[in-house]
Amino acid sequence: MAATGNEKRVIVVGGGLAGLAASARLVEAGVGVDLFSVVPVKRSHSVCAQGGINACNEVARQQGYSEYEHFDETVYGGDFLADQHPVLEMANWAPRIIDVLDRMGVPFNRTSEGYRDLRLFGGSLFKRTHFSGATTGQQLIYALDEQVRRHESEGNVTKYEHWEFLWPVIESGRCVGIVARDIRTMQIRAFRADAVIMATGGCGLIFGKSTNSVMCNGAAAARCFRAGVHYANAEMIQVHPTAIPGADKLRLMSESARGEGGRVWVPALKRPDGTWGVHPRSGQDPKTIPENERYYFLEERYPAYGNIVPRDIATREIFDLCVNHGMGVGGGQQVYLDLTHKPKEYLQKKLEGILEIYEKFVGEDPYTTPMRIFPGVHYSMGGLWTSFTPGSYTPATPRTKHKSGTRAPINAEIGQGMALGEFNNAMTNVQGLYAFGEVSFAYHGANRLGANALLSCIFDGVFCGVSVANYVRSGPSSNKPTKDISQSLYDGAVAQESAKVKKLVDAVDTTGADDPATNPYIIGRELGVEMTEACTVVRTGPRLERCLSKLGELKARYSKLKLADAGGWTNQSMAYARSVGDMLILAEALALGAFRRQESRGAHYRPDFPDRNDQEFMKSTVARCSPSGEVSVEFVPIDATLIQPTARTYGKKDDKPANPAPTRPSDASGANVPTGSLAGAGV
Amino acid sequence: MHTPSTAKPGTRTITMKIKRCDGPGKPERWESFSLSVTTGQGMNIIAALQVIAAKPVTVEGSRTTPVVWDSGCLEEVCGACTMVVNGKVRQTCSALLDQIAPNDGDVVTLEPMSKFPVVRDLSVNRQRVFHNLKRVSAWVPIDGTYALGPGPRETPAEQEVRYTLSTCMSCGCCLEACPQFNQEPDSKNWDTAFLGAHAISQARLFNSHATGKELAPQRLDALSGPGGVGDCGNAQNCVKVCPKKIPLTESIGAMGRAVTIHAVKKLFTMK
Repeated sequence: MAATGNEKRVIVVGGGLAGLAASARLVEAGVGVDLFSVVPVKRSHSVCAQGGINACNEVARQQGYSEYEHFDETVYGGDFLADQHPVLEMANWAPRIIDVLDRMGVPFNRTSEGYRDLRLFGGSLFKRTHFSGATTGQQLIYALDEQVRRHESEGNVTKYEHWEFLWPVIESGRCVGIVARDIRTMQIRAFRADAVIMATGGCGLIFGKSTNSVMCNGAAAARCFRAGVHYANAEMIQVHPTAIPGADKLRLMSESARGEGGRVWVPALKRPDGTWGVHPRSGQDPKTIPENERYYFLEERYPAYGNIVPRDIATREIFDLCVNHGMGVGGGQQVYLDLTHKPKEYLQKKLEGILEIYEKFVGEDPYTTPMRIFPGVHYSMGGLWTSFTPGSYTPATPRTKHKSGTRAPINAEIGQGMALGEFNNAMTNVQGLYAFGEVSFAYHGANRLGANALLSCIFDGVFCGVSVANYVRSGPSSNKPTKDISQSLYDGAVAQESAKVKKLVDAVDTTGADDPATNPYIIGRELGVEMTEACTVVRTGPRLERCLSKLGELKARYSKLKLADAGGWTNQSMAYARSVGDMLILAEALALGAFRRQESRGAHYRPDFPDRNDQEFMKSTVARCSPSGEVSVEFVPIDATLIQPTARTYGKKDDKPANPAPTRPSDASGANVPTGSLAGAGV
Repeated sequence: MHTPSTAKPGTRTITMKIKRCDGPGKPERWESFSLSVTTGQGMNIIAALQVIAAKPVTVEGSRTTPVVWDSGCLEEVCGACTMVVNGKVRQTCSALLDQIAPNDGDVVTLEPMSKFPVVRDLSVNRQRVFHNLKRVSAWVPIDGTYALGPGPRETPAEQEVRYTLSTCMSCGCCLEACPQFNQEPDSKNWDTAFLGAHAISQARLFNSHATGKELAPQRLDALSGPGGVGDCGNAQNCVKVCPKKIPLTESIGAMGRAVTIHAVKKLFTMK
């Protein structure tokens, strides 16, 4: 299969940051890699990450910051839902990861002395975000892409670009390969592997429009889910506060715009009692609104963090202001994100990439005119369930919240959070099947802090990559190498996938009748609208129940699907139609998890259960899919042995988290906005 | 897309004229699709193709297959959706219909890039772009992904130069516009055919990094050989179409000089 003599081989599915970092680490450990990706790996969705990557650094350290505080911030930011030991290990590795990237040649922004520059980011009062302009994800993935290209040219990595993962091959609970399809020739093949790493990213397309790339449909994760892999915290979806609404997608406006001093405001008039009311000229030229008629609502409500409160909080505040109080710009669903007070030269050095995107797609100059933004679906904290072996740090009782800027209780030695090299780190419930990066549920709990995603992807690759290397070299099944497994197992898996394709091709609509009920694009669009309305910023029991029944209807229609193209060559509509079925399954796990989690935590806000309920729900929502496709959910205890949960207020003035009421006071069903950037689905 | 809610958007009908091809070696044909566009909604070519995919019926009313195309980020940062739009190569995600077809009855012509083999319709095989990055060893030869301390320090001025060069998304615009870069179906000839501006510029990027410089001699060898920097005909089209405004002609000039110095050095050291 590959050009090298590596005795053990690992399949990596997905060539974004997590998959590329894993590939490099495995090759260094002497393991050969077969790398599968639906797009050329350099074009993976990681390119869209903008703001930066977090790590404790010397400047912050001398102000009292530490890896431990990074860990504490991340757990608190995630509203105490993440297993804590893995988060600790990730924070401890962060400075090492920055150094590696630096050596690879990532053009991190520099200070005048030539050191790596730093910026503020959400959820921290210390500058601990390293960045490369405002296209940090692009620069990081290019660096890793270059390293993997080097390994490829040396024969240690074989790339299968334009190949789509279809199914994991599992024998007696152990993953021994995959079935994949060449999306150009349509050929379906099985591939053997001693371990498989899923690094396939998020599932934003379930919501129709999101900040995600077109391939982020969660299909690969859904196929693993159907094959018996557990999926955890599906309901934890991050809605980013600042996106640019568009016809085909919502373009991200990085949190770094706020980290670099951007201020969020709406035109408003201050009443005598100190509260704010609608401004009659809202929507007209913002430059004509005087300073005292600008309501900087995040700064007023959160004096300590201001505009850099975590994303779930900023999103709810913007949503509340626009939807419940009608105070959005021009009465619509938009607020200003204002950078016009900063010098143009400064902005060009630090944010040019994103400001260019805004200018290009909106046609307004963000250097002189405040940008108009609104929340949009951005990231999945949930994902395939994975396990870990806790490290050496095991305090007798969980500590209270770390006092910011004070000495850390422990140093940052390797192995305090997770035990390096243990087989089960980042392994799913199926032996030999791992999940790295966004497709894993680990690290971010109920809300991800900005600039922690790039970190978690690369950390999985370099840290958990060691676990995979150990597993294939000396794991429990190393005495039965995959090459000794009967070919009939693989042939059977190919036959099963070929049958699924045949079923779709047989369902081609040659009549041209165009029944929207069975058109995959229409079903996909309706799914996006429904999920956006029921499962984003505000969720209520009755609305989620309606959503689940709508999903049932869509599934029934999907079973009678009609395709517009029966072609046996580069048939994109067939690939899309398949992904719609996968999105429907993940959507069900998501809506069911949201329905069953009767509390509010992080990104998951239930006005019918407005408080966090640690007693019952400081647990992972673990979804399973039966062979017949029935989705069920149970709550599984988490590892909260390091930090005690505390109220997550970010110093809000009235000391309550931001809790918008249901969308329209009269509508107890709590639907989200029917129009605007959070509604409407692309395909 | 972001017009204030008070604006009254108008609707117009435009035609998307698309060059189609069912696969390698299959005949080409043109098909036109009628599309209703509302001003101010930020509709781009990708959104238009999505509408057509959901209901692939031509202006003549005949049913056809959905058009095949490549796309990814839709933010002009991945390079996937590069096509020839009204005769000019560019990313289609940033091609807003309000700008390129503002009037009722306007026609937008879409063709696949001509310098790469067509896979189907608007999708082409750009494998050669990535292959050419291998020819110039476009990487920093680090000791591995282990923490061995920070990388080399650099000044903000140096970082700015490298950052700009490093925003190249391997989209292929510079190759499509280049008169010296031609389609080469036989991959056996890829190592001797012209590299193109993007790969020359990447050689400059890695030669200007303190560790990357280690491989400068082999990069310059690659640029000196057949298909190297000497094949550039100085048409300067590349720099005009680069969506990231990378100073490609500057890179070609810099690498041309470096190749000359490299050759002279080799002459004197008799290596």
